[in-house]
Amino acid sequence: MNYSDYIALIPLLPLAGFVLLGLFGKKYFRRSSGYIGVLILVMSTALAFYTAYQYFFVSGKVHDTYQTIIPLKYTWLQFSSGTSINMGILVDAISVMMLVIVTFVSLMVHIFSLGYMKGEERFSTYYSFLSLFTFSMLGLVMASNIFQIYFFWELVGISSYLLIGFYYDRPSAVAASKKAFIVTRFADLGFLIGILILAYEGGTLDFNTLIERLTNTQSSQYINITTASFLGISVMTWALTLVFIGGAGKSAMFPLHIWLPDAMEGPTPVSALIHAATMVVAGVYLVARLFPVYSINEAALHIVTWLGAISALLAALIACTQTDIKRVLAYSTISQIGYMMFALGAAKYGGEAGTGFTASMFHLFTHAFFKSLLFLGAGAIIHAVHSNEMKDMGSLRKFMPVTHITFLIACLAISGVPPFAGFFSKEEVLLAAFNSNKFIYSIALFTSGLTVFYMFRLYFSVFWNKQREKHEPPHGISFTMKLPLIILGAGTMFIGFIPFGKYVSSDGKLLESAFHLNFSIAPVCFALAGIAIAMWMYKTESNRPHRVAAAFGGLYQAAHKKFYMDEIYLFVTKKIIFNLVGRPAAWIDRNIVDGTMNGMAYSTAKISGWIKGIQSGKVQAYAMYFFIGIIVLVIIVLYLWK
Amino acid sequence: MSGIPISHILFLSTALFFIGMYGLFTRRNLITMLMAIELILNSVNINFVVFNKFLWPGKLDGIFFTIFIITIAAAEAAVAIAIIINLFRSHRSIDVEDATEMKW
Repeated sequence: MNYSDYIALIPLLPLAGFVLLGLFGKKYFRRSSGYIGVLILVMSTALAFYTAYQYFFVSGKVHDTYQTIIPLKYTWLQFSSGTSINMGILVDAISVMMLVIVTFVSLMVHIFSLGYMKGEERFSTYYSFLSLFTFSMLGLVMASNIFQIYFFWELVGISSYLLIGFYYDRPSAVAASKKAFIVTRFADLGFLIGILILAYEGGTLDFNTLIERLTNTQSSQYINITTASFLGISVMTWALTLVFIGGAGKSAMFPLHIWLPDAMEGPTPVSALIHAATMVVAGVYLVARLFPVYSINEAALHIVTWLGAISALLAALIACTQTDIKRVLAYSTISQIGYMMFALGAAKYGGEAGTGFTASMFHLFTHAFFKSLLFLGAGAIIHAVHSNEMKDMGSLRKFMPVTHITFLIACLAISGVPPFAGFFSKEEVLLAAFNSNKFIYSIALFTSGLTVFYMFRLYFSVFWNKQREKHEPPHGISFTMKLPLIILGAGTMFIGFIPFGKYVSSDGKLLESAFHLNFSIAPVCFALAGIAIAMWMYKTESNRPHRVAAAFGGLYQAAHKKFYMDEIYLFVTKKIIFNLVGRPAAWIDRNIVDGTMNGMAYSTAKISGWIKGIQSGKVQAYAMYFFIGIIVLVIIVLYLWK
Repeated sequence: MSGIPISHILFLSTALFFIGMYGLFTRRNLITMLMAIELILNSVNINFVVFNKFLWPGKLDGIFFTIFIITIAAAEAAVAIAIIINLFRSHRSIDVEDATEMKW
């Protein structure tokens, strides 16, 4: 079978599901909408796996290089002979990899939600939103055109907004959904400007042509975009940085990360799907998609690297101090995406120097598994104890053995303990950082220690620590919730052994991972130390955490308050933007814009009032007007007409 | 018969027209107003006949028009009286001042 025969079905099936459940779900599929959603996703997932098999093992490789294939293309809007917005499907190594991740994690979340959202009032609405999200995310990863990616980018934004605000009767959820939408929209403004610059200078919106033109140092487009400059910085750097700002907003990179922890107000399976595994890595995917262009621009790559590293470190520090189980995981997600970003930033195009690219994609792949597992596990815990706060948990290992084991596997994986998935990907990330910049490497190494500490802090506080004095034990979880945990747990154990460099590399060629046992000594030692410290502090109930917190003093306070980022944002928006921009704009709107409109309406009404008296309803008056009119016409015709 | 000059007849038709116009504007009774309109129509008829006779004596176009107008006037009177009867049924009056609902 050709790709074009079935590949469009992968995103279109969830779209059909969205339409079906969105329009008719409430009326006809109240109970069965979950099963319909799962069934559709099973079909999509099967097709995605088949595509991956076809691409990686049968037909994707030509001359030992994985090709970029465009099986479907349809011109949607033609601007000029070279520039058009196309709706197409692009198949290459990273898009196929993302296809597999998105459909698979989405399937797991669909199954998990059968149990988690059971009895929910808006059950079918929930599933229709999930389908909408899956459709948009699949469209995003398969986009062949930079404007097409922007469409789907906004579509995932809106489905994320809808799902964060799913419990719309909670004010905090509504506020969180607004915050997420506004912050990402703000970042998308940068993305849009970046797209426009690239399209203007490159003369095309098509990914392949754009990359071809902007990486060829002889082409006129390349010469134009690098020689033109704005504020002393080349237009190329501006464009790539602006595009990266869009990616940073979606991927919750510092300082645009503030929406992600609040987004945890949504249902937990949604956090697993959107805010851990798929949507938030869209920024990484975007940079990877344009990587050949990024790789020849030092400045943009530096921004990617440093923002990634700073986000990784700050988010890890904050995660150590949070007490809400989902917020810890949210900061951990930011931190891990930071890893992916700086791995990309540390890479170069092609060959051995492209390790960072492979590492980033590998980490994205494994992270999707263990982080969605962690979130689903957290969902199971929250479902059982009806609380997000870690202090309400403890000693859960006796009550929830399946959750306990799978959660432990995920914790070990994110900590980079061999032989779990995270070990392999994290080693490659660290290796890439080591080869490019020693300072970044030290940040990464320290962050990996922090990661282990906060993950095991979470693990020990939830599953060990104090005895439960509650009279009723937390109730167990249903089979539909256990199944995804088990599947993802098994995945997390084994996917690390995939020789990723064989399939995904910056130039499509085979990349042998230069992997040394000696190199992994340091990270593994950090990991074990982190586990030991967390065990000492949190395995049994004691006042050690307080003593340690007191010893860190100011740093602890700052991290606990999330480095005052929210306060800074509030200050800037409320005090500066609202007062200096918002109020004058509102005044102009109310008094000048509205005043003009009201004045026009008022004068129209006044004049109408004057002239409406003519229509008096008196027949004789009308006859008189008629007669006068005739006389006037007669005078004109007889005397004035020359 | 042939002694009457055209100006006399035109004077008659003009007088008839303005008497009709005066009636149309000053009477409040709808039937009287209808009669005033008939006067106006007849003044036009006289004009047609007289101009036919003095300008194109061998032709009949003006005469035909006069017959045409008389027919129209009859039809118009029928419609107008039907309207007046309906008005009387709804308003209990045929005073034109009482039927001024159709205004702004």
